[in-house]
Amino acid sequence: MGKYKMHILICSGAGCRASASELIQNKFELVLKAKGLENEVQVVTTACFGFCEKGPIVKILPDNTFYIEVKPEDAEEIIEEHIIKGRQVSRLLYAATINKEVVSNAQNSGLHKKQIRVALRNCGFIDPENIEEYIARDGYSALGKCFEMLPQTVVDVIKESGLRGRGGGGFPTGLKWEIASKYKADQKYVVCNADEGDPGAFMDRSILEGDPHSVLEAMAICAYSIGADQGIIYVRAEYPLAIERLKVAINQARQYGLLGNDILGSGFNFDVEMRYGAGAFVCGEETALIYSMEGLRGEPTIKPPFPTESGYKGKPTNVNNVETFANIPVIINKGAKWFSSIGTEKSKGTKVFALAGNINNVGLIEVPMGTTLREVIYEIGGGIKDGKKFKAVQTGGPSGGCLTEKHLDTPIDFDNLLAAGSMMGSGGMIVMDEDDCMVSMAKFYIEFSVEESCGKCTPCRIGNKRLYEILDKITKGEGTLNDLDLLRNLSGVIKDTSLCGLGQTSPNPVLSTLDNFYDEYIAHIVDHKCPAGRFKALLQYAINPELCVGCTLCAKNCPVNCISGERKKAHVIDFEKCIKCGACMDACKFNAISIQ
Amino acid sequence: MAKVKSLTDLKKIKENFQMKMDLIAKCDAPDSMFQVKIAMATCGIASGAKEVMNYFIEECSKRGILALVTQTGCMGYCYAEPTIEVTLPGEEPIVFGDVDLKRANEIIEKYIKNGELVDGIIPVNYNTID
Repeated sequence: MGKYKMHILICSGAGCRASASELIQNKFELVLKAKGLENEVQVVTTACFGFCEKGPIVKILPDNTFYIEVKPEDAEEIIEEHIIKGRQVSRLLYAATINKEVVSNAQNSGLHKKQIRVALRNCGFIDPENIEEYIARDGYSALGKCFEMLPQTVVDVIKESGLRGRGGGGFPTGLKWEIASKYKADQKYVVCNADEGDPGAFMDRSILEGDPHSVLEAMAICAYSIGADQGIIYVRAEYPLAIERLKVAINQARQYGLLGNDILGSGFNFDVEMRYGAGAFVCGEETALIYSMEGLRGEPTIKPPFPTESGYKGKPTNVNNVETFANIPVIINKGAKWFSSIGTEKSKGTKVFALAGNINNVGLIEVPMGTTLREVIYEIGGGIKDGKKFKAVQTGGPSGGCLTEKHLDTPIDFDNLLAAGSMMGSGGMIVMDEDDCMVSMAKFYIEFSVEESCGKCTPCRIGNKRLYEILDKITKGEGTLNDLDLLRNLSGVIKDTSLCGLGQTSPNPVLSTLDNFYDEYIAHIVDHKCPAGRFKALLQYAINPELCVGCTLCAKNCPVNCISGERKKAHVIDFEKCIKCGACMDACKFNAISIQ
Repeated sequence: MAKVKSLTDLKKIKENFQMKMDLIAKCDAPDSMFQVKIAMATCGIASGAKEVMNYFIEECSKRGILALVTQTGCMGYCYAEPTIEVTLPGEEPIVFGDVDLKRANEIIEKYIKNGELVDGIIPVNYNTID
């Protein structure tokens, strides 16, 4: 590599920087210079290795040695021993905690790479607008393989793999296909649900934008196994790039004869068209989605009949989510056993999460089911921003709940998340720190549900509105303890009596915060305080008489003249008149004013 | 394009294309191809990936570098968009984050021309299936 013989990579992710990685970099550069090696060895910084608990991280190239917990004073030893004499500094190598085996080669340390990309296998690797790159990565070979199997055998493979729907509910995909295949009809449909609507979720968008052919191939496989010949992708109109890439992919697949009549000489016909959603959250629910595709109002109906029996235009319709489909070709190619070897007992395979919120490495990740929240947040996510304290993770969007510190070591799978009062949902993961108010979080999601409720059934339409009003009252400091019982009762009624999944799950954010952060609700109601300092109505500016020197600056700056006091004596704020603008606090030169 | 009529046809396309990709990866003559992949999902484009991609295409041809610049989907490093992956002949691909035009220039001048690493490397933290 060029003129440098070796490279020293120093992590400059937020976690490592907090533990002095800049000092380490300086030290390395100084020592190299002192030894006259600055033209042979280059020091560069990298983004987060995702291993922040063991930071600062230093990696040596070309031999891929991986040092952990490096201190500035170690620089000399690493250069003297490793760079000059070629001997690894074993006390700084990463030792796997389980077998105590020292792992020096970063590529081989399985623990270091928590992520396995199955659904995302081609995202960021192939050109999504070039079908040949997809084919070069085994694309459409799974479809070809299926043609050598009976449709029922394909269903059996999917059943055996244990794949469960990735859109939120977690219904076994193979079972759904089996039910759809059992109904006899002159026409059946395969629908791809790409109406991703949870706030903060973008897994499906990334798959459609990065690997559209995997979804088309999987839809064809599904169609073959249930006896359909028409596929429809229902994608939200807010995803213009995903739509564009899908269009390109569909055209290319048609040109290559991978969509259309007599695919790969098998006699099987299949084509795909697209429908655009207008951004209604409820249309992610499959019965509402089907109405919307038919040009009707997106409102759910009572199930049964399930769409697999009577769906689009009254015909058997199999609806699966984008990520579910993206897993299918891999399962066919690598086998059900391979897939079911990943994950936990009842949740197989991997799950894509959109990691967002107050976390250092915001991004798209894919981990095996059963990975713990701690691993996701601290080893992949790089920990909480600005070194703050972790408070909760919100999963499952408006239908989910929050997971707290006590859940950090719970393996993530469908059943564990439900048991913890949240749900898998489609995969949005919003991380919150000590400065986030949980009551306002619940209020945010209820407001979302109020706006997105289709209005067909009363509990959801009116119940959520009432929930919102109570939460609003509490955040303004006007709540009563009675309101807490009311919240709980009303939530129960909405859950039990709503027509579809939206209403049946919309109170979850309230229930889960009541369970996990009851004291925050009490603080809002009894003490009229928001522990996270989020609500203006609950804030109180106060002057500390010991620090106040009576300079009168605050009183001069107060727009409503609510501060009084004699010159050179401590001043007082009249809470009744105060509008909480904060001007006094900005003006004070003695830090005598604080928020309570 | 002729239609793919059978699984054998499909395998042929696969092998042909893999050979093309291999040629890019394997040749190690000093004047051979460099490969630059730009993450061009909505998130990347929103943070300027399109300008970076155009810059690479224009600058590489201006500076006489034979580079294959292609787009790809989301690499997952939302915190460091725009992200790009550069493969020098015979080397492991390297991912660079927060690539603005200034850094793009640095990558061309230092990494592509001289094989010198520049700051802002993103360690790949996942395994993908074959």
